[in-house]
Amino acid sequence: MLRFLTRRSLGAAFILLIVAAVTFFLFFAVPGDPARLACGRVCPPETLAQARHNLGLDQPIFVQFVEWVFGIFAGRDYEGLGHCPAPCLGYSFVNREPVFNTIVDRLPVTLSLTIGSAIVFLIFGIGTGIIAALKQGKPLDKIASVSSLIGASVQIYFVGTLAMYFLVFQWQVIERPRYVPITEDPIGWAYGLMLPWVVLAIIFTANYTRMTRSTMVEQLGEDYVRTARAKGLSARTVVMRFALRGTLTPIVTIFGIDLAGLIGGAIITETTFSLQGIGRLSIQSVLNSDLPMLMATVLLAATAIVVLNVIVDALYAVIDPRVRLS
Amino acid sequence: MTIPSETTDPPVATAPAASGGELVGRSPGQLMWRRFRRDPTGMISAVIVLFFILVAVAAPLISTLYGKDPYTTYGQDRPGLLNDFGFPLLPNGGMSSEFWFGIEPGLGRDVFMQLVYGIRTSLLIALAATIATTLIGIVVGIVAGYVGGRTDYFIGRVIDVLLSFPSTLFIIAFMPVLENLMVKPEEETPVWLRATALIIFLTVFGWAGLARLLRGNVLSLREREFVEAARVTGASPARIVFKELLPNLWTPILIQSTLLLPALVTSEAALSFLGVGMIEPTPDWGRMFLRGTEVYTDDITYLMFPGIALLIFVVAFNLLGDSVRDAFDPKIRR
Repeated sequence: MLRFLTRRSLGAAFILLIVAAVTFFLFFAVPGDPARLACGRVCPPETLAQARHNLGLDQPIFVQFVEWVFGIFAGRDYEGLGHCPAPCLGYSFVNREPVFNTIVDRLPVTLSLTIGSAIVFLIFGIGTGIIAALKQGKPLDKIASVSSLIGASVQIYFVGTLAMYFLVFQWQVIERPRYVPITEDPIGWAYGLMLPWVVLAIIFTANYTRMTRSTMVEQLGEDYVRTARAKGLSARTVVMRFALRGTLTPIVTIFGIDLAGLIGGAIITETTFSLQGIGRLSIQSVLNSDLPMLMATVLLAATAIVVLNVIVDALYAVIDPRVRLS
Repeated sequence: MTIPSETTDPPVATAPAASGGELVGRSPGQLMWRRFRRDPTGMISAVIVLFFILVAVAAPLISTLYGKDPYTTYGQDRPGLLNDFGFPLLPNGGMSSEFWFGIEPGLGRDVFMQLVYGIRTSLLIALAATIATTLIGIVVGIVAGYVGGRTDYFIGRVIDVLLSFPSTLFIIAFMPVLENLMVKPEEETPVWLRATALIIFLTVFGWAGLARLLRGNVLSLREREFVEAARVTGASPARIVFKELLPNLWTPILIQSTLLLPALVTSEAALSFLGVGMIEPTPDWGRMFLRGTEVYTDDITYLMFPGIALLIFVVAFNLLGDSVRDAFDPKIRR
């Protein structure tokens, strides 16, 4: 396990380095001058040159990239701007502070959105899936496959906006989505994000119901389940401890993909519900041509995908001891 | 086409033999078509998809018959259609016998025409990207699987990196950069440049999945006896690839590209929704979404049309993809 994790982490780090390099060279090699932004509206040539020097922009692009990568681990100093401590992802000219601070500011919004909705659709999806498998109910099965098809085909910006229109503006059942830190007010946090959670759950739940049901039905016919039953274990233990475990592998697979998609696709969700998370941040930095900020958001999204891939592969072995990691 | 009746069917008058009808050799394509025809869901979704394609192709004809075009700003040109804030005066987004699906808030264009011409844009971009994606996926997948060794390893790592790229975010970020490079600041971005850029971006991030899938298929096919036999008889690599491997890959290729097209239509719509899709005045579903979400508190009807149209289109296409898969590969049980 340890060897597997080490090897895969190294691989993941390598992929991230390449993603970072490609993004860096594509963004920074083009015309458009970050120093001009740093320098301000009225910018005499000598100040501009000074700003360029302070930011290290007068160096070759390759040196800039190496310095940027080293900055992440060791921090770096910007002359005239101050020190940027250890995970230094660059200096935002628009916000006039290290990029990392803004990311730390915005990340909780995206994470709350993702984790909250994931909890909702996992509980509902797996729960209804187990019930459907045990009851072998045909109607529920039909409903689940139709709604998972619609869920897979519908757009967040369409359902989300419809939900906002009817629930918030027409019937006034719930307030506009907003973010309150969970540390300040846990109830306000859940209430403020309720609507996006429910909308995301509508899109994702049915897929889990269908997947859980079909795998569970398969598992219930397996020999080990019959053995467990024959031993006289209660139905509850058989289902929850034995059959469910066998059901988890495909669920973990799609959950990893969905979670990465939710973090990377936060742009659309956050735009729809006007929440100020990483997704909105990335759009704002495109509009402001805030390249260091943009680099950080791209890298963050790529990290989410890569790390989740490793975690999913490792989880296979945890769930099913027969799986050999190689 | 005269397809002989199935062997299990009761013998028709012309086939009196007691042993059941005459045995007929059928190509895999014929078999697939026979299975597909018996699948009502597949047939219905195929009809819906064909309807969308027909509307896209016949858009100018529909425009002539309907008597309007997607560019004229009727609401602004004619008083009495929009109020002072730019919203339709009539209820339900200004739907009337003259403007079937209502009027666009603000500019006052005809929604029905926008929708009809919008299919063209979305389908054309998605189709071009699907074809390019499939071609690259086939070539790279076969090369990686067939050549193997260092080439395979290298291609595998490139695919790893591409699949880890946050593609939406990257396209949004890179579109302005590309335009900086290609267009002088004082000029406007030409429509063809946006369309080409979208197709290229969707292709660049799209082929990796298909290539990985085909590589796996080629790896297992390569070791099969018929390929070995071909190699022993001295067949050239080109012959092995085109005559031995490729015919066995058509099934996954066709299934994947049927499922890819709706995915690309929604990706294009999402990019337009985020502001980096097609630009005015080209009609486009994604941009209708963008406008729709801007004005939804005052005029929800405008958002409903692209929303429902896209939903029907994607559902039909996904069902069609599932039916194609069932028809090609009856062993797979979903």
